[in-house]
Amino acid sequence: MRPGFLIYALATMALLSYALYQGMMVAPTERTMGEIQRIFYYHVPSAWTAFLCFIANFLASIAYLVRRNPKADAFAVTTAEVGVVFTTVVLITGPLWAKPVWGIWWTWDARLTTTLVLWLIYVSYLMFRRFSTGQQTATLAAALAIFGFIDVPIVYMSIRWWRTQHPKPVIAGGAGSGIDPEMWSALLWNLAAFVAFAGLLIWVRYRLERTRQQIDELHALQALASTEGTLTR
Amino acid sequence: MSDLASLTGSNLAKDLRLEWRSKDALNAMLFFALLVAVIFSFSFDPTAEESRQIAGGLIWVAFLFAAIVALNQAWARELRNQVLDAYRVSPAPANALFLGKALGNFIFISVIELLLAPLFVVFYNLRSIGPGYQLVIVAALGTWALVVNGTFFAALSLRTRSREVMLPLLLFPISIPALLGMVEGTTAILTGESSPRLWISLLLVYDVVFTTICLLLFETVLHAE
Repeated sequence: MRPGFLIYALATMALLSYALYQGMMVAPTERTMGEIQRIFYYHVPSAWTAFLCFIANFLASIAYLVRRNPKADAFAVTTAEVGVVFTTVVLITGPLWAKPVWGIWWTWDARLTTTLVLWLIYVSYLMFRRFSTGQQTATLAAALAIFGFIDVPIVYMSIRWWRTQHPKPVIAGGAGSGIDPEMWSALLWNLAAFVAFAGLLIWVRYRLERTRQQIDELHALQALASTEGTLTR
Repeated sequence: MSDLASLTGSNLAKDLRLEWRSKDALNAMLFFALLVAVIFSFSFDPTAEESRQIAGGLIWVAFLFAAIVALNQAWARELRNQVLDAYRVSPAPANALFLGKALGNFIFISVIELLLAPLFVVFYNLRSIGPGYQLVIVAALGTWALVVNGTFFAALSLRTRSREVMLPLLLFPISIPALLGMVEGTTAILTGESSPRLWISLLLVYDVVFTTICLLLFETVLHAE
């Protein structure tokens, strides 16, 4: 367990540094946007990583409802937290990129709005877990996670319809179709690095959550034993 | 199936009778929505043309807040005298309880909407340019969208600390597409500028999807220990 973690952590660090080098040095400067476009290598991988986390959260929640295994619940809370962190990165790097390129910090476009709603849904999921008391938290949170995940495509469609009804704001640039092969490789390196980094965070947080569950279990057993003791006496 | 229907019916009848005798939720909602309507007209003071543009948003936000008042009380009754625990050990299907509760809330909120719609018309000088009967469709589908998830999440937040705060925190993010459909559909009808068909179908899809999930998961939530 220990050496495996250490090797993984070191590999992730190496990968992150190499991806940073790729994004900053190797990838060519974009013609119209200039250096600011390099935020692309953080923005897009963060978004994809966050999506992967939420998919994992959805699957873990279903697995928990089927199997009732506390490991699945620990995995669900972990992936939701890490997903929210990466979505926050997306929501911060997005406006930083949009301001110099589009001239505005924010526009209520389908993808931006869906990401914001996604963030809201999973923050409310985490708040629910925090406020919830007692043994049922895991089951109720799993049910809530299923609601949240299924809502996302509906949100996306509804915002798209909303925006087609109104005039579109001026959107210039944006990395669309046909990007340079070197940009592609920088993007993929960063994607790999971010996914590995998310994996590292999930690993640490999962161990922590499992420990917390085990301590809770011990406390419950101890409480049970002490009441039994008083009863027999 | 008939078992489910008759049990849903008796749950609904019980809720309606309780509400008819106490009128707690109805009075609270009615007064609350009235206050929101008055405060909104102070804060915006629109002309007839402007109010057509913004009324969809105002009306639905007012009803959304009012619905929270009713939904928060929906399960509180069942906690008294351990009604929920009794229901858990009974062989009655969990979904009969859920459907009865959701239909009851749907009726309460629809009553409030019927009573307050004339008030909005008076306060904001509303006159629909598009066909008015479509407003009824949007209202019915939108109210069900709020109520079905609201009833479910109220059952979830029963088991949390400060449950009254928890319900809107859970319900609002997930209801964003439904709210968008209600507001945009209503605005489309009132201004007559575009067809509300897209928004009606969005609400329909939302209703079907979330009613299905609620029915699939309610038993798990009721029996969660």
